[in-house]
Amino acid sequence: MDFDFSEEQRLLADSLGKLLSDRYGFESRKAYMKQPEGWSRELWAAYAELGILGLPFAEADGGFGGSAVETMIVAEALGGALALEPWLATVVLGGGLLRHGASPALRAELVPQVADGSLLLAFAHTEPQSRHDLHDVATAAKRDGDVWVLNGRKGVVLHGDVAGKLFVTARTARGPRDAKGIGVFLVAGDAPGLTRRGYRTSDGLRAAEITLDGVRAEAVLGDPADGLPLAARVVEEAIAALAAEAVGAMDATMKLTLEYLRTRKQFGRAIGSFQALQHRAADMMVAVEQARSMAMYAAMMVQEENATERARAIHAVKTQIGRMAKLVGQQSIQLHGGIGMTMEYAVGHYFKRLTAIDTLFGDADHHLRALSEAGGLVEAA
Amino acid sequence: MDLRFTDEERAFRREVRAFIDASLPAETRERMAAGRTPTKAMVVQWQRALNAKGWAVPHWPTEWGGTGWSAIKRFILSEEMQQTPAPSPLAFNTTMVGPVVIAFGTEAQKKHFLPRMANLDDWWCQGFSEPGAGSDLASLKCAARREGEHYVVNGQKTWTTLAQHADWIFLLVRTNPQAAKPQEGISFLLCDMKTPGITVRPIITIDGAHEVNEVFFDDVKIPVGNLVGTENKGWDCAKFLLSNERTGQARVGASRERIRRLKTIARTAPGGGRPLLDDPRFREKLTEVEVQLKALEMTTLRVLANENKRLGEGKPDPASSVLKIRGTEIQQAISELFVEAAGPYGLVGADPEQDRWNEPELAPEWATLAQPTYFNWRKQSIYGGSNEIQRNIMAKAFLGL
Repeated sequence: MDFDFSEEQRLLADSLGKLLSDRYGFESRKAYMKQPEGWSRELWAAYAELGILGLPFAEADGGFGGSAVETMIVAEALGGALALEPWLATVVLGGGLLRHGASPALRAELVPQVADGSLLLAFAHTEPQSRHDLHDVATAAKRDGDVWVLNGRKGVVLHGDVAGKLFVTARTARGPRDAKGIGVFLVAGDAPGLTRRGYRTSDGLRAAEITLDGVRAEAVLGDPADGLPLAARVVEEAIAALAAEAVGAMDATMKLTLEYLRTRKQFGRAIGSFQALQHRAADMMVAVEQARSMAMYAAMMVQEENATERARAIHAVKTQIGRMAKLVGQQSIQLHGGIGMTMEYAVGHYFKRLTAIDTLFGDADHHLRALSEAGGLVEAA
Repeated sequence: MDLRFTDEERAFRREVRAFIDASLPAETRERMAAGRTPTKAMVVQWQRALNAKGWAVPHWPTEWGGTGWSAIKRFILSEEMQQTPAPSPLAFNTTMVGPVVIAFGTEAQKKHFLPRMANLDDWWCQGFSEPGAGSDLASLKCAARREGEHYVVNGQKTWTTLAQHADWIFLLVRTNPQAAKPQEGISFLLCDMKTPGITVRPIITIDGAHEVNEVFFDDVKIPVGNLVGTENKGWDCAKFLLSNERTGQARVGASRERIRRLKTIARTAPGGGRPLLDDPRFREKLTEVEVQLKALEMTTLRVLANENKRLGEGKPDPASSVLKIRGTEIQQAISELFVEAAGPYGLVGADPEQDRWNEPELAPEWATLAQPTYFNWRKQSIYGGSNEIQRNIMAKAFLGL
């Protein structure tokens, strides 16, 4: 058992950390948000140059062969900066589907474009009625000769407004909430019949509502009647990445809060000298450490080949991360007082991103229920 | 970073299990699995078996019986013992006074006391708290005045765990009442419990147990050779000891064993026309604790892995406060779930005054133990530096507040 990063991993953390501290201050972020796409193409190019967009892909496919640990390092850094770019959508979700589900020919075609920053991806799995259930799919896929034709609606598709290609879950057989009969399809962002309405999400990132009206898919990933395990596996990887992103955000907002407690004066002394506030700060630290432990656990378990064990672990991770994210986000605002409520100050934005992270891919209670139904983590005697 | 146990660590875990299976008496295991505390004889037998194997004090320096293992291997040993369950080596000896003697004691003290501590030839207890000195330990008043080759001690200690079993007590005494700061006039002494002038009086806790005591010192003569470290510098020993104490309070293996036991019970315990484990509300509360325990387990491993690197620094990881807070909160939460599981029959065990030893059992043993254990475990967030004191420590040492 070894908790240390390798030399390469330390270099990765340092170089990305430096890029973000140089170019992702809170004021810069506001400016990036005002750009037409709601994030920075310049930073995206810089990520590509650093190699983080191609990081998790196999070298044979044009990537750098990074593991879940490298993904964790990148996610934590991006979380600390509240980065707006479509890294999760493109590299983790889209990239995950490519790695686990695409044919060698498709990987050879698309991975280099992801790695160099020219291709953005998105994963459309949520529907208006599906809430957090990946298997709740009403969007229909029907065969027309050699081609699958998609009809339906997808919602809250992360960075779906700009993606050059989208992966879409659609039903090829069986009833609306059946785990079988779901396929994962690749469609072009500009395919005829695909319309999208982009919008800014509550955390300042972007998403889209997508309507599919007779959209002809470019490819199907794996078995069109049994694509749920693929989708679930990639969502597990996204949860592991989000856990690390949450740690980055929690750590950053805690540091801002501690700085505030040390400098803000009331009643003639720093408010950090008051025990009621000290104890809240200590509880934040306990939470951040538990979250960090779970992000590491996620990076380990997301590579587990036993799907049942992997799923249980990720349920546990998302439960704990959701709880801790809520605690740290709320306390950050409370300890700041009024200034924490304002749009012009960073902690409120961390709070909003942490709220989004709890919600995305199932909130804490959703995963707690799922883990409980799966028998929990500890076997009975 | 590779958080999987190595092949060597896995093989070691199997070796530990095999040793426990071969050496731990069945009656000890059964008593502890039922949720009862082991008897003194059981604790002594097991620690001597461990010591014969060379495993009683793995964290000590090798010259005093340590094994030179990594922190992870030590974790595996203690986790396996907790999960069995087996008694842990007596913490007063092995993690409290032992390391203080190693760090601050004279060669003569080390030679005399350490082998006896490791083998539990002497059962030690801790004389720190006083009626007027709880969380504010440095305000202690128990006084020692130097008279020739002795310190003469007068005063009172309290909350002295298992003093009724103890052969020796390590205690903090005030040797300089005029010191500028309360911390500066304190010394750390070792005292034979058979010394004239010592009186031990039981304190019965709300669960009915006799676990803690008051210890009175009335002109008790302690040879000056039993001073550890420097006179008036005992606070350094105390701080060192208290931070070592906290690292052991995560008790991940013990909590996992309790959860495993509770799950087994809840499979058949009544839950309103169905097994209790099929009650989603109960089961989800249990799952929530399992998730918290996993986070604590990973945090513990992180702290332990870091410990190897921090050895040269000579001070503990401030994250040990995190382990103390979460470890005790989780153990208390589990004890609450046992109470819920027992339901009305949890009330049966509530009267320690009634001795029903020769009557038929009124309820399953686990159910009668649920409430006393819950009552008893409220102590966990109080002892070893209350959880509020841990937050103070974190605010000062770690958060810069």
